[in-house]
Amino acid sequence: MPKELDQLLKQTSEWLRGVGPVSDIVMSSRIRLARNLEKFPFATRASDETQDDVLKATKEGIKKAPSFQQPLVFEMAELDEVDRLFLVERHLISRDHASFPDHRAVVIGHGEAVSIMINEEDHLRIQALQSGLNLRDAWSVIDAIDDELAEVIPYAYSTDWGYLTCCLTNTGTGMRASVMVHLPALVMNKQINKVLHAISKLGLTARGLYGEGTEALGNFFQISNQVALGRSEDELVENIERILKQVVEHEQSARENLLTNNRLQLEDRIWRAYGVLRHAQTISSNETLDLLSAVRLGVDMGIMKQVDRPAVNELLIASQPAHLQKLQGSKLSAEERDAKRAALIRRRLGAQE
Amino acid sequence: MVCDACKQQQATVHLTEIVNGQMTELHLCETCANQKGAQVESHFGLADLLAGLADFSKGQDVEPESSSKSCANCGMSYDDFRKVGRLGCSECYGTFRRSLSGLLKRIHGSTHHMGKTPSRLVKPSRAKSELAELKRRLERSIEIEEFEQAARLRDQIREIEREQRAKNKKTDK
Repeated sequence: MPKELDQLLKQTSEWLRGVGPVSDIVMSSRIRLARNLEKFPFATRASDETQDDVLKATKEGIKKAPSFQQPLVFEMAELDEVDRLFLVERHLISRDHASFPDHRAVVIGHGEAVSIMINEEDHLRIQALQSGLNLRDAWSVIDAIDDELAEVIPYAYSTDWGYLTCCLTNTGTGMRASVMVHLPALVMNKQINKVLHAISKLGLTARGLYGEGTEALGNFFQISNQVALGRSEDELVENIERILKQVVEHEQSARENLLTNNRLQLEDRIWRAYGVLRHAQTISSNETLDLLSAVRLGVDMGIMKQVDRPAVNELLIASQPAHLQKLQGSKLSAEERDAKRAALIRRRLGAQE
Repeated sequence: MVCDACKQQQATVHLTEIVNGQMTELHLCETCANQKGAQVESHFGLADLLAGLADFSKGQDVEPESSSKSCANCGMSYDDFRKVGRLGCSECYGTFRRSLSGLLKRIHGSTHHMGKTPSRLVKPSRAKSELAELKRRLERSIEIEEFEQAARLRDQIREIEREQRAKNKKTDK
C-alpha cells in the first residue's frame, strides 16, 4: 500500500475546504479537459500494448511539465479496491477509473487541486478543483497546465472541430465545467425540479454527488455544461457562472422564506438531524449524508453554532466507506462500517461541543 | 421491438436507467424519443443517447455512411461506432467526417471549434493576434467614420482569413 496515498488522508480535499465565493451554498468548482494523443487508438479500440504506450508517453510528458514538480503518481492496478474508492471519494478519479484499473494511472499535483487520469475514456482527463464558486481560477490553472502538456504531448486536434475525443459529446473544447451546489431549501420547498428543468433549457445539466448516473444524495448537485463545441472556454465558464449565481439566489431566497414562514419546522428538522448524528449507534452512509445536509444548512444559516462548516465537510468525506476503512486501517464489512461510522460522528461532533 | 410509449412504431432508441440498484429499460421509437427528448436528456447522459442517435441516419441532417466503411488507422467501422457510440481514434473523425458533422451539429448546435488551440500549433502563426488587431482597428475606423481606411482594413482581414482557411485545409488532411 503506497505511503503517499495515506498522506492524503491527513489533508483536506480542495473541494471540502469550505472557503471561496458563496461557499455556504457552492461547495466547489471543477473543470476537466479531455485530451487524446494523435493516432493512438482510444480506449474503445486500444490493445494492452497501445494502452501501455500511451501510459508511458503521457507520464513522461507530465514529468516535463513545470507545473508538476513532485506529483503523486499511482498505477491504478497497483492499488487495492479500498484505495481506489478512496480516490473516488476525494473526487480525484472517476468511478469508472476505479472499476477498470488495468493500464490506468492517476497523477495528482498542486496539493489535490489538480489531477490527471490516464487511459480513462480519453487518454488524458485533466481536472482542476477550487473551493467555492470559482470556475475562473480553476480555468486559469488548468489552461496553463494544458499549455505545458501540449508542448510535449502531440494532442489530437483539428482546426474545425477542436480537440478530438472518444465521445462526440466532448469534441471541441473537451471541457466540462461543473459546480457542486448544496440546495436543501430548494429541495424542501419542492422548487428544485423547476430549477433543474430551467437550467437544462440553458445548455446545462445536473448530476448527483459523484457524477454521471449518481443520485443527488444529501441535496448536493453537480451542475455542468452540456455543450463543448461552438463556444470558447471563457464563454462556457461565464455562462455557467452566470446561471449558477441565479441558482444561488433562488436557494438564498428559499432559505429566507423558510426562516420567515416555517422557522419552527426548519429548526426542528436541523436539531433532530443533529440529535440522530450525535447519538446514533449505527448509521448508513446515505442517511449520514442526508442528516449532514440538514446540519450543514443549520450551520450555514447561523441556526446551529456548536459545529463549524469545515467540521461538517470533514465528516461528509470521513464517513464515506473507503475513508472510514482507511481511518480504521482495516477492511470492514458493511455492518461494521455503519457502527464505526456512527462512533466516528459521535466523537467528532462531541469534540466540537 | 415495439416502442414502449406508442406501442406502434419500431423502437430504435434504447435506454437503461439504474435507480437504487433497480435496472429499468426503455425502448422508444424516433418520434416518441424526440417528444420525450427534454425529459430523457435530463435523466440520461447524452452519451447514452448517442448510440441511438447515430442510428437516425434517415434524419434530415445526418448523411448516411456506408456501414462497411472503416477507419484505416484503428479499423473501426461505422457499424461499430453505431453500436458503441464512441469513436476509435482521432483519425475516425476524418474517416466518418460527413456523418460526424451532422451528429456534432445535433449535439452541440455547432460544427466550429471556438476554443483554444494547442500551444505548439499557436506559435508559428501570429496570424490570429494580427487579425484581432486589424479587427479592432476596423471597428475604430468605423466609429470615427474613416470609411476609406475601414475598407482597406476590411480587405486586409479578408486576405488573411482566406490564407488561414487554405492553410487549415492543408493541415487537416
